[in-house]
Amino acid sequence: MHALTFTLLTLAGALLAGLVGALTGLGGGVVLVPLLTLGLGVDIRYAIGASLVCVIATSSGAAAAFVREGFTNIRIGMFLEIATTVGALLGTVLAAYVSSSALAVIFGIVLMFSAAQSMRQRVEHIAVTEPGTLGARLRLSSTYPVGDRVVSYGVEHVPTGFGLMFMAGILSALLGIGSGVVKVLAMDRAMHLPYKVSTTTSNFMIGVTAAASAGVYLHRGYIDPVLVMPVVLGVLTGATLGARLLARVHVKPLRMLFTAIMVVLALEMLYQGLTKRI
Amino acid sequence: MSGDSRLGNPHEDYALEQRLGTLLRGGVIVSAGVTLIGGIMYLAVHGSAPASYHTFSGEPATLRTVGGVIAGVLRGESIAIIQLGVLLLIATPIARVLISVIGFARERDWMYVACSLLVLLLLFFSLAHGG
Repeated sequence: MHALTFTLLTLAGALLAGLVGALTGLGGGVVLVPLLTLGLGVDIRYAIGASLVCVIATSSGAAAAFVREGFTNIRIGMFLEIATTVGALLGTVLAAYVSSSALAVIFGIVLMFSAAQSMRQRVEHIAVTEPGTLGARLRLSSTYPVGDRVVSYGVEHVPTGFGLMFMAGILSALLGIGSGVVKVLAMDRAMHLPYKVSTTTSNFMIGVTAAASAGVYLHRGYIDPVLVMPVVLGVLTGATLGARLLARVHVKPLRMLFTAIMVVLALEMLYQGLTKRI
Repeated sequence: MSGDSRLGNPHEDYALEQRLGTLLRGGVIVSAGVTLIGGIMYLAVHGSAPASYHTFSGEPATLRTVGGVIAGVLRGESIAIIQLGVLLLIATPIARVLISVIGFARERDWMYVACSLLVLLLLFFSLAHGG
């Protein structure tokens, strides 16, 4: 295949991945890696390298708006980034010992889990920080806008959240994804932060987590500029379109469709990994 | 829970949040622009070259380090210009952490200065030494 043909095909695929990522709220990486490996026959290491770069692009772009609107808790983000960056660096070490087939299997499992999470009902938490806990000592409580009111919230179970973030960092580096699903799980389910604070703070942290492993993969030669170019530009365009669409279209049926696509991709990754085709 | 909100954000970190937002947006726009320019230059010359990523061979040494990429850009190599866009993108969250260090220092919040400095060191370590 010629470079131009390949670039246009990749651009189209990445645009779709960005769109799906924005509409499901899962980010592009979780769809992008299967698309590149299964659809375009790209080696999983190149796919992971390209995906990490995209993850930085989409999360930074979206975080720019959220952080200004005051949803993001930058202290919680900064504190938990210690866990995700250490996890990510450990993940890059592990990646050297894990075979491509095993990566595909782990990817399939994470994708399946992400699909399940995207269909889950959301519960809005408002926790109270107990005095004397880690959350209180770290002054993690804050406020966020709800309509035209400002609501205060606290935080619980900080050590559990920290541990989950460490896992999120490892997965991010191993699979080239933002691990937004695990990050939201840590903040929403474990630390009982409001859902909007969880998702925006997760998004805020994804860029730093991905940058930690992208640096290492650059040195290992995983990041190919000619492949990354259409992938990044496509995903960014798709994500921007998706964010616009999100305000206009009825999301529920679209989300069902994309969840179904993710289940199919997950099964295919599992099959290809288990039969050692990847 | 408090009421009157629209006039002012009650966050102590409001100024820092605005700066971080501007930085993140700027970083993404600039790096996407550089990547696009490098990509057009590359395809204009190498558009009909074969492209295959089926087997992993790793990138040449010049595209694996910050110094190598900058040297390539100075030689006018389109592929190095794309990689410069990628580097700028990786640098965006790193710059965000650096601005956070400064912001927390201004607020004299030393605990968070320490947190962000630690993250910054880990990121530099990754980019400079490859883990």
